[in-house]
Amino acid sequence: MSEKRTGAQILCEALIQNGVDTMFGIPGGAIMPFYHAMWEYRTDLRHILCRHEQGAGHAAEGYARSTGRIGVCIGTSGPGTTNLVTPIADAWMDSTPMLAICGQVSSAVLGKDAFQETDITGITMPITKHNYLVKNINDIAYVVKEAIHIATTGRRGPVLVDITKDALQATAVPDYSKKIFLPGYRPTVTGSKKQIKAALSLMLKSKKPILMIGNGVMMSEASAEVRVFAERYKIPVITTLHGLGAFPEDHELSLGMPGMHGWVHANRAIQEADFLMNIGGRFDDRVTGKASTFAPNARIVHVDIDPSEIGKNIEVEIPIVGDARIVTLSMLEEEPEEKLVAEFHKNAAEWLTYVRELQTKHQHKQQYLNRPDTSTMLPHDVFAALTKQLNTRGNYRVVTDVGQHQMWAAQLLDWYKPRTHITSGGAGTMGFAVPAAMGVAVAHPEDTVWAIAGDGGFQMTNQEMIVIIQENIKNMKIAIINNGFLGMVRQWQELFEGKRYSGTPLTSPDFQKLAEAYGWTGITVESVDQIDAAIERAYAIDGPVLIDFRVEREVNVFPMVPQNKSIGEMITE
Amino acid sequence: MKIHTLVVLVQDHPGVLNRAVSMFRRRGYNIASLVVGHTETPGVSRMTIVVESDNVEQVVKQLYRLVEVLKISDVTEDPVVDREMVLVKLHVTGQHRAEIVALTEVFTAKIVDVATNTMVIEMTGGPAKVDNFIDVIRPFGIKEMMRTGRITMVRGAKGHSGAELIDQAAE
Repeated sequence: MSEKRTGAQILCEALIQNGVDTMFGIPGGAIMPFYHAMWEYRTDLRHILCRHEQGAGHAAEGYARSTGRIGVCIGTSGPGTTNLVTPIADAWMDSTPMLAICGQVSSAVLGKDAFQETDITGITMPITKHNYLVKNINDIAYVVKEAIHIATTGRRGPVLVDITKDALQATAVPDYSKKIFLPGYRPTVTGSKKQIKAALSLMLKSKKPILMIGNGVMMSEASAEVRVFAERYKIPVITTLHGLGAFPEDHELSLGMPGMHGWVHANRAIQEADFLMNIGGRFDDRVTGKASTFAPNARIVHVDIDPSEIGKNIEVEIPIVGDARIVTLSMLEEEPEEKLVAEFHKNAAEWLTYVRELQTKHQHKQQYLNRPDTSTMLPHDVFAALTKQLNTRGNYRVVTDVGQHQMWAAQLLDWYKPRTHITSGGAGTMGFAVPAAMGVAVAHPEDTVWAIAGDGGFQMTNQEMIVIIQENIKNMKIAIINNGFLGMVRQWQELFEGKRYSGTPLTSPDFQKLAEAYGWTGITVESVDQIDAAIERAYAIDGPVLIDFRVEREVNVFPMVPQNKSIGEMITE
Repeated sequence: MKIHTLVVLVQDHPGVLNRAVSMFRRRGYNIASLVVGHTETPGVSRMTIVVESDNVEQVVKQLYRLVEVLKISDVTEDPVVDREMVLVKLHVTGQHRAEIVALTEVFTAKIVDVATNTMVIEMTGGPAKVDNFIDVIRPFGIKEMMRTGRITMVRGAKGHSGAELIDQAAE
């Protein structure tokens, strides 16, 4: 290690040493030295050339969200990095561990409006967990180590490293041994014992308890522990959009998804609960509805690794700052009096029976799948067929885009395993699905990865389809729920704006032909009786397949809580 | 809205001021004054931020999310020494000179520059005393004025040193 290396070589070695093996990016002037160097390291450091930096960013997110490891994306200075801004913001909102490596103009011209110069650290300050402008080759090795440490610990998030071209080109003897020095960054992972005891004793006093689990459970790999906890105390479990899969939906304690498009019984349960423990969820407004009306009768415990989330949207009685898995393990260590637990079990069982009755009375998931009597193809028909196929075949991961299809997928597919449902939640980034699914497919060659998108979102990033061909990725399929509208906006226009369909009708190219132009297999499905065969054919083909499901144009996602209303007030049809 | 005084210890890195200030901007809070300077600990800078806010606790939590922020204390209710300095350039004709000299003595201010028609006065004190001094001197004709903003230190043994935090992290 005493030989001199270029900054770019040091960057490659530092990435490898810190566990990076795959990167998504596009080269350009300022980042060229990095590309020059990565050729030497290509057996350890796979680079996947994307067609737009937004695609590279979302692919890195898909990689990270499906593995829990850092996702890496690369852009050159100027437009290359501004194109990364959307996925960075997306990763920020959904706490995704991501490293964005950006080329920057040489330090001699920094701040002089040089060609392709953009102040990317300034731009991304509010949407990164931390960012760096590296001008000195001697900082590269350490900054990469620190950046990956910050992105993958505590509350995960994106970190951006902007490196000047001259720092990449300079030579120096690397020092990879410098220890991480972060006096201002010490995430609390162990929950306070006192708070944990208090939370349990509060829970045991309750008669209508609810456990709500979110992204934090996924990020800290706490599914197994949460399940043991729920089973030990027999508490009904609600899974938020990002919690889907963290608790199996066929479990007797599972109530499914809450919130704006959650199930009526799940929302009612929250509104009637006298105790709610939220592990790793952030009480997003799509979950709470009008915050002041959320869970009016519940005494609330909030477990979150980020202290700034506690009390932000919902006032809580007992905050527990810590890692979801470590806190859950600590809760499992507690051994409350058996008498108390027995009494609690009895009450919780009655409560669960009551909630199940609500579920049958309202729209139980299975009933919801019973389609209305019409000859046209409803989105529900597609999801019913997909669910059947996914459940039979197993080994699947689903990446959804943003809009109606996203909510239908969340509602109507069955979620059993962590990291099988990946979507853009907080930021709601249309165009997420196709590139993110590519990242998932790269990370999980053993699984079939479905990107489900609407005709609107699909057209925002579909150029990444050719990357699948270039990289010879076989395990990705795309399902387009094609209704000729920007559907969710159209739904709001129908329900709240007197059907003024302003800016929502959408003409699309022939997606089958588009797929074929990209070297994919394209299938068009226009009636209910073609659905099963199309999905079966997609599975039979060893390679990427796109299915264009031309569904009924004006179908709404129900149930629905109108914006800024209580989640107790749901529209069900 | 309540006025809060925050003492914030940060790592002395480029951009850290921008990051901290951005947190207030994002929430739409107006910063009344902000002073940054070096401290007893190398590598640690200290900010005194005076801000109007109904929910300063949330901003404090969000400030803690910044990797370079070491410690934040809301010292609004603590016994403190508060100081700021002001430089005032007055338009002074001969007839008022003596009166101004007398006033500066009362306020233990200093005359640091005298020219034909102007005087520059330096005055240090608690914010109220500085306000008072400016009110008294205003009728003479202020040409220019610059206040430094407040620096604050808690009285007694309790305090805000970054030394321990830096040592812990270095271990």
